[in-house]
Amino acid sequence: MENIRYDLITALPEIILLGMAMLVLIADLFLKQSNRIAIYGLSQLGLLLAAYFTVTTHVPSVGYAFTGTFVDDTLADVLKLMIYVGTSLIFVYTRQYIQLRNMFRGEFYALVLFSVVGMMIMVSGQSMLTLYIGLELLSLSLYALVALDRDNHRATEAAMKYFVLGALASGMLLYGMSMIYGMTGSLNISDINHALMSGARIHSVLVLGLVFIVAGLAFKLGAVPFQMWVPDVYEGSPTAMTMLISSVPKLAAFAFVIRLLAQALPTLAVDWQQMLLIMAVLSIVLGNVTAIAQTNLKRMLAYSTISHVGFVLLGLMSASGNGYVSALFYIASYVVMTLAGFGIILLLSRKGFEAENLSDLKGLNQRSPWIAFLMLIVMFSMAGVPPTLGFYAKFAVLQAALQAGFLWVVVFAVLMAVIGAFYYLRVIKLMYFDEPQDNSPIVAPFDMRVILSMNALALLAIGIMPQGLMSVCFYAISRSLS
Amino acid sequence: MLDYFLQHILSFSIWLPILAGGLVLFTANDNKPNLTRWAALFGSVVSFLVTIPLYTHFNFADGGFQFQENFLWIMSFNIHYHLGADGIAIPLILLTSFTTVIVVISAWEVIEKRVAQYMASFLIMSGLMIGVFSALDAILYYVFWEAMLIPMFLVIGIWGGPNRVYATVKFFLYTLLGSLLMLVAFIYMFHQTGSFAITDYYQLPMSLDVQVLIFLAFFAAFAVKIPMWPVHTWLPDAHVEAPTGGSVVLAAIALKLGGYSFLRFAMPIAPDAAHHLSGFMIALSLIAIVYIALVALVQKDMKKLIAYSSISHMGFVTLGFFIFNNLGLEGAVVQMVSHGFISAAMFLCVGVLYDRVHSRQIEAYGGVANTMPVFAAFAVLFAMANSGLPGTSGFVGEFMVILGAIQVNFWYAFLASFTLIFGAAYTLWMVKRVFYGEVANANVAALKDLNKREFLILAILAILVLALGVYPQPLTDMTNATVTQLLSHLANSKLPVGL
Repeated sequence: MENIRYDLITALPEIILLGMAMLVLIADLFLKQSNRIAIYGLSQLGLLLAAYFTVTTHVPSVGYAFTGTFVDDTLADVLKLMIYVGTSLIFVYTRQYIQLRNMFRGEFYALVLFSVVGMMIMVSGQSMLTLYIGLELLSLSLYALVALDRDNHRATEAAMKYFVLGALASGMLLYGMSMIYGMTGSLNISDINHALMSGARIHSVLVLGLVFIVAGLAFKLGAVPFQMWVPDVYEGSPTAMTMLISSVPKLAAFAFVIRLLAQALPTLAVDWQQMLLIMAVLSIVLGNVTAIAQTNLKRMLAYSTISHVGFVLLGLMSASGNGYVSALFYIASYVVMTLAGFGIILLLSRKGFEAENLSDLKGLNQRSPWIAFLMLIVMFSMAGVPPTLGFYAKFAVLQAALQAGFLWVVVFAVLMAVIGAFYYLRVIKLMYFDEPQDNSPIVAPFDMRVILSMNALALLAIGIMPQGLMSVCFYAISRSLS
Repeated sequence: MLDYFLQHILSFSIWLPILAGGLVLFTANDNKPNLTRWAALFGSVVSFLVTIPLYTHFNFADGGFQFQENFLWIMSFNIHYHLGADGIAIPLILLTSFTTVIVVISAWEVIEKRVAQYMASFLIMSGLMIGVFSALDAILYYVFWEAMLIPMFLVIGIWGGPNRVYATVKFFLYTLLGSLLMLVAFIYMFHQTGSFAITDYYQLPMSLDVQVLIFLAFFAAFAVKIPMWPVHTWLPDAHVEAPTGGSVVLAAIALKLGGYSFLRFAMPIAPDAAHHLSGFMIALSLIAIVYIALVALVQKDMKKLIAYSSISHMGFVTLGFFIFNNLGLEGAVVQMVSHGFISAAMFLCVGVLYDRVHSRQIEAYGGVANTMPVFAAFAVLFAMANSGLPGTSGFVGEFMVILGAIQVNFWYAFLASFTLIFGAAYTLWMVKRVFYGEVANANVAALKDLNKREFLILAILAILVLALGVYPQPLTDMTNATVTQLLSHLANSKLPVGL
């Protein structure tokens, strides 16, 4: 009895959000369109409650529930809180956009909440099976979300691509997991680690399984050479969904990588380090070089994401506490930047008009100096120019990689960052140096303007005082990984 | 109160202009630009006054860092908010805050669109550059160094000439590439010492190979900024396209960031590499002095000519650094300050003509002295200073460097002194073609002489150029102790004992 109680309390945030998603679905049936705003309120309330219980049930130690398949540690709590905040921002930024496009229905909110539950399970998974279930819950919700606007051909095509390639990746992941299971006889993360440490196993089989697992992870993260879905899905999805796909799920994917590689398979670090290194370098090269040729803003940001993923992998590749902290810091910074960036794109869209081409940003400084300034911060942050948050993200990752002895990789990454700076500068050039093409007023709800401003200014504020976020990342990793 | 101010004077010098810049942005209203202009002028004058106690309260006998402030900033990486300035930094800080006032006045009615953003960019840039000159923590320094690119990028891009986008992107990427390599060097030394304090790096023993690599990383960052041949190509582009204020700040201060940083980082951190590579550095300096001067000779665009002349003059600065003696080093510092005044004045003179005729081509003018006699007098004075006429500040620095060079190697001094000939040739030839002769065309005939605002800024600069030329002692007194201390540091090898 005590056990069940403990289990339920540990998973309370997940249970609450799941309940809220159901409630949203049911309430949606009984609400008229004019009252649908209540669903929005309920969803935000659900996130708030989940955050409350995540904080109140937090203990510095590591707790296991459901016979060791579910873990509640500081890393999980920190990532979950980041996911709530990110999702809450997504709700704020997308509200007007989906209202104008006839998608303001219960399904959107329920699916997003389901995907959040999926992310939370990924973050807290302590067994390969739990992790996999979380991943599938997240992925299936995202596939459906991309296709939510069912008369939109581009979105349907994107959803199809996303689904087929995503399913393939899941298959690979499962295949890899089955090999590890075959070698160790356990699905549990810590048991796998103990089993691998205690005795000699057939190394080649383990590495084969590892290759499949890493390939599956790379698919979900969007790292080269498994990146081909990223630009197409980013471009084809409605911008609101692109924003969701490109932001918070990366936090969950990070946890996924940490659980599988750093916690379950640290004994194979030498092997996966090489794989991550190759993927990191390729992602940074391909992401930065290809982004230069893009004319579509969403596609450009897709390639930019690929290069950011490369930097995250560079941190993870160090396979040290320092490296994991830097990767977490990077990915958290990335999420803040991405949310602000897509938030501004959503802000510039209006009924019947998608701001998705680079040329739509032309002369923004004359249309609205404030929004142009916010976008300026986002772009410099993505380029890694101080005093913005993006600089410390790159700095942290580079110093971790350098500490691990990869001097020339670091020099190479730095050279690529200069190439990357070029296309971010081009966005600024369009906003500041060119004349506007259309002068239609920018309409946005007050709350969106305020929160978006705070989001972008946070890049500057945390950039000037980054210690807080660094400490959070440090405690999350140091208390969770022994 | 006064004590508190003096203890945090560097912070005030940095943050006051930045704060003023932020406030100026809030006065943005292109229908009422005068409010913005007065606000910016007030901000820049106050920011300048704040830096004056740096001179009056300076301890001339102390060659180390004064006015220090030190707080822990980012614990995770042991990064400190550590400020301090020595006798080399303070003249450059004063130069920066002074130049900002000049730039604000010079832009008064010239800039008509987005006045607030223009003024704010320069105020913020001023604070950031003072930050570069006073940071004693590598990351703090790096943040200021990079952040300064952002306003400069916007200034050239928004208010620049027809080819401004190319120029400003080139400027940004060139500088970024160099600085990121420097960042890698910082991180490397952080892992060696566990600190980002520059003074810790001064004590860090390193093998020659490591020192050379670190020196080259710094070289990538600073040589681009100075700029040294052959990585100078961004400068003529940037200067030509930049608005007058942008050119003034680039020439007067931004180039000094590179020169100063050689003295602050590259040389004292890797002294053995500096000695080891001094032949290479001197060769590059001499190429800049001689070859770039010849390039300047054939320029048709006045701004381009002055840009190349800047590169040539900065060659003197790096030559002065790498001959490792008192005269050379001190002469280089004097040259940096003097070039700050002269190049600013030269670019302002071009700005005066450009505002009236909207051309920078030499051939578009001729006989300007007939219609603008007062202006011509100033222009000739600055041209003389630029070519190093005794009695002007341009002479002092160059003469000291040549004297220093002759102690080391006669041929260095011989080649360097060519600049006195070439410098006179390209500057005076330009002056002849622009100012003398018959009135060339209707545009020139219609020219009006200087207005009060233009007269004021050129007169101030003229007084400074002459004062520094006749009586450079206040400046050399300031740098003396620091230069001596730096040279004695450079004389000690940092190679690990036993190797």
